[in-house]
Amino acid sequence: MTEIDKKQDRSPVPSVFEYSPAPESRDVVTLEDRYGLFIGGEFVEPRSGEFHPSVSPSSEEELAEVSYGGAEDVDAAVGAARTAFENGWSSWPAGERAKIIYRIARILQERAREFAVLESLDGGKPIRESRDVDLPLAAAHFFYYAGWADKLEYAFPNRTPRPLGVAAQIIPWNFPMLMLAWKVAPALAAGNTVVLKPAETTPLTALLFADVLRQAEVPPGVVNIVTGDGRAGSELVKHPDVDKVAFTGSTEVGKEIQRAVAGTTKKLTLELGGKAANVIFDDAPLDQAVEGIVNGIYFNQGHVCCAGSRLLVQESIYEQTIQKLKRRMSNLRVGDPLDKNTDIGAINSKAQLERIQELVRSGEEEGADVFQPECRLPEKGWWFAPTVFTSVAQSYRIAQEEIFGPVLSVLTFRTPDEAIEKANNTPYGLAAGVWTEKGSRILWMAQRLRAGVVWANTYNRFDPTSPFGGYKESGFGREGGLHGLEAYVRFE
Amino acid sequence: MAQAPALPHGFELPLLPRLPRIGSVDQVAIEERAATLAKRSIKRESKLFALELAVRMTDLTTLEGSDTPGKVAALASKAIRPDPVDPTIPSVAAVCVYPNLVPHALERVEGTGVKVASVATAFPSGQSPTDIKVEEARRVAELGAHEIDMVIDRGAFLSGNYAKVYDEVRQVKEAIGDSHLKVILETGELGTYDNVRRASLLAIAGGADFVKTSTGKINPAATLPVTLVMLEAVRDVFEETGKRIGVKPAGGIRRAKQAVQHLVAVNETLGPEWLTPDLFRFGASSLLNDLLLQIRKEKTGRYQSPDYFTLD
Amino acid sequence: MTRLPVAKTYKLFVGGAFPRSESGRSYEIEGANVALGSRKDVRDAVRAAREAFPSWAGLTAYNRGQVLYRVAEIMEGRRAQFEELVGDQAEVDAAIDAWVWYAGWADKLAQVLGTSNPVAGPYFNFTIPEPTGVAGIVAPEEPPLLGLVERLAPALIGGNAVVVLASERRPLAAITLAEALATSDVPGGAVNIITGRKSELCAVLAGHMDVNALDLAGVVGDSTELERLAADNVKRVVRNGGGHSPWHAAAFLELKTVWHPIGV
Repeated sequence: MTEIDKKQDRSPVPSVFEYSPAPESRDVVTLEDRYGLFIGGEFVEPRSGEFHPSVSPSSEEELAEVSYGGAEDVDAAVGAARTAFENGWSSWPAGERAKIIYRIARILQERAREFAVLESLDGGKPIRESRDVDLPLAAAHFFYYAGWADKLEYAFPNRTPRPLGVAAQIIPWNFPMLMLAWKVAPALAAGNTVVLKPAETTPLTALLFADVLRQAEVPPGVVNIVTGDGRAGSELVKHPDVDKVAFTGSTEVGKEIQRAVAGTTKKLTLELGGKAANVIFDDAPLDQAVEGIVNGIYFNQGHVCCAGSRLLVQESIYEQTIQKLKRRMSNLRVGDPLDKNTDIGAINSKAQLERIQELVRSGEEEGADVFQPECRLPEKGWWFAPTVFTSVAQSYRIAQEEIFGPVLSVLTFRTPDEAIEKANNTPYGLAAGVWTEKGSRILWMAQRLRAGVVWANTYNRFDPTSPFGGYKESGFGREGGLHGLEAYVRFE
Repeated sequence: MAQAPALPHGFELPLLPRLPRIGSVDQVAIEERAATLAKRSIKRESKLFALELAVRMTDLTTLEGSDTPGKVAALASKAIRPDPVDPTIPSVAAVCVYPNLVPHALERVEGTGVKVASVATAFPSGQSPTDIKVEEARRVAELGAHEIDMVIDRGAFLSGNYAKVYDEVRQVKEAIGDSHLKVILETGELGTYDNVRRASLLAIAGGADFVKTSTGKINPAATLPVTLVMLEAVRDVFEETGKRIGVKPAGGIRRAKQAVQHLVAVNETLGPEWLTPDLFRFGASSLLNDLLLQIRKEKTGRYQSPDYFTLD
Repeated sequence: MTRLPVAKTYKLFVGGAFPRSESGRSYEIEGANVALGSRKDVRDAVRAAREAFPSWAGLTAYNRGQVLYRVAEIMEGRRAQFEELVGDQAEVDAAIDAWVWYAGWADKLAQVLGTSNPVAGPYFNFTIPEPTGVAGIVAPEEPPLLGLVERLAPALIGGNAVVVLASERRPLAAITLAEALATSDVPGGAVNIITGRKSELCAVLAGHMDVNALDLAGVVGDSTELERLAADNVKRVVRNGGGHSPWHAAAFLELKTVWHPIGV
């Protein structure tokens, strides 16, 4: 074949096709200097007297001072929730309860930009994700569960569902608003009241949510927000007047909570860690599978319990896949979360960054090969470049332990049986991915993968109607869908 | 006719060793990827560069039954000097016309850098006997067209007669000598992204220098996901063989914003080596004025009106 | 002198617009002139519904739910107008709340009506509900607003496009409802409302070969002949009772079962 005729075009090939910083404006958010706790429908000073700043992980800027609730504060919050429950919320006509929750959904939609910017500022995730994924889904969750509030008898045919009472809900820092919606929406729909304990490093959108509660005219005490650290969470779990505990976070803490409620009548659901296998067969649509790998582990900086952190690629396409993957990784932009061009934002905290670094070091020491594309990381803040390890053995720590960062470990397999064996060989069981064009194989794999969510030819898809939760040490109970209501009702 | 050559024992599988893995394309994922690429925000300096590059990449096209030498003369003037008010605006890459208008076009662009591309092979349907289509291509090349835009036989493709599709590309390439061959897939008729990928690889195997999306005569014409599929096929060919093939989305690109989004896709999929008219073209007519409008807006800071740009 | 009000013209609601009857006729009722629909108007309405059906059905369930919720929002804003027409605040309350109730079903019907079926073989088998297509509804004479909403919302929420024959004696609420629909993101043609004589129009709707389902709740007198006409294209004749239920929506839905082998 002849070389393309280049005679006409003498202009130099551009070396740079530069993307402009396209910053989303911070002006849409107004922050207070200092926040109290939101108890009984108003902000109150913490009886603990303790305050600490919430820091932006992309700049280390102190954004606002936030209360750290203690035992007395938790007690006040539970008391407010109990009062609100007894004094009417549980006996509101269900249709009216639905309408309040619909209001929350609609207000969140109207104020979505404000919340998205604050989420990126306080947590570090790219604005494209908070704007296009977190906030729309959070609003959708409230909208979906609002519709169930007055239809519970259809969700549980032949059973009479009733609210549990006071729900203690402890949420993580990786999807603060979305996790808030996943917890609060079904709890309210079923007629419960809530004490919410946001994550230590990401309290601000939850505190802003208090304003949504005000606008929606949610009665005082129905939702209470106690910010703080693990101590507040522990007090909340132990409190005798709590009927239900819902926790999303690390497996380690989940086990502690399970121990703490042992012997009580408290209902418990746990959504814990994962080490999901993303399995690619040789007939997969390869370029899209690579997108799926990238989305699976680098979305939200890998701070995702269901992240596809283990790539299981069929050996016959190993070389090709890795080459495409590395090339695609070199197009990922790490940077200011408020820049609309950013693909990968900041690591949520210094502590998390250290954990990631420690595990990555172990990977190198144990003998895996590491690749990171060239990345200019900002001076201030906590950052980690997207990383992939190849030549990984099943026994390496990077193949077994949850890293919770933008680090992928690659292993190979030869047959579907071997893929299943390796995918299931973990104490976790939250999610898994399968890439193949063969329909029967998708279903065969789905049948055998021991995971609560199986994504076929896609990854990291969430929807309020779709139940989410894990097998084994990834926790129990499901959030989302009809099944998500179960955690928040008892039957007469 | 392409056939599996008979060997003393067994038979050779013709395509597998010589083509990159054909594979398939996931529709939802490719459309999402295209949507994400479209959200990229370009630096102002790069935007101006991109807009002027898009002008240099344009194949200014007129393919109507009513075309006359007069119409082609006007088109050629526009192609050579798109914006009379701003002489720094470069010429376009080529004018694209029907065979009868080739001599008139050649006359008009002589001495400038603008090329003359002509359609051939029973454009737009391709539903004519092979020998006639090849002969048309040969004659058009003899008339002096620098580039030939042929169509694949979609009837053959959709009925599974891939060998005929491949064969016709091969014969046309042979017949046109030094002229440069673009192969039009008519992606709007192919129905699936899988087929777009397959047809791209088939055309390149047959000898295409460029793969082109559409004739511009039907809808849908070029879309960003379709172009992305073709860019990925070209990338795979490059990985396997080292050959650089060009891509030309045609039809349906009317706004400068769409053109820039395409360039972002090229940049991120194939890299800056492909950001040249030798490897990427836009088949368009009304796009040019929108490019000029946007260039003037970037240079003056004021939003413009179409009234200030000539319609040729 | 007191200001002279601008009197409203009550026209048909077809394809998202408010045309007069092609027959040019009207009848005086409730103190206004109301379009007297003809068989051709019904024909046009069915055509508009059929055209609108694919895109209405093609919306995500979440989207459809939001659109119907918005109808409730718009109606709430027009309470005074509705109360004046129907003369009963409780009826207006109930009508708005009914929209909200049905809106919430959009993204739940599949979960309550659909199933995954454990067949005795290596197949994945699931059943999902789908809209039947164009539904014809004869609205009850009374109550003029709530009666219509209770019949319309369940048909609409599952993705069907609808042609309504409004209450003959009290049609104004229906056309006012149409104004709310027209301003709330409901795609043109998804709902069409024809006013006129039921004795003229019911048979046209019942016998129309491009209508898939028929709700005869508002038929005055014996409906046997209408049911016979419906049999000509095997229409689903819907007999939903009173009150609200997801099974009212189910009456306008088909069930599709899909199989796929499970194998390596």
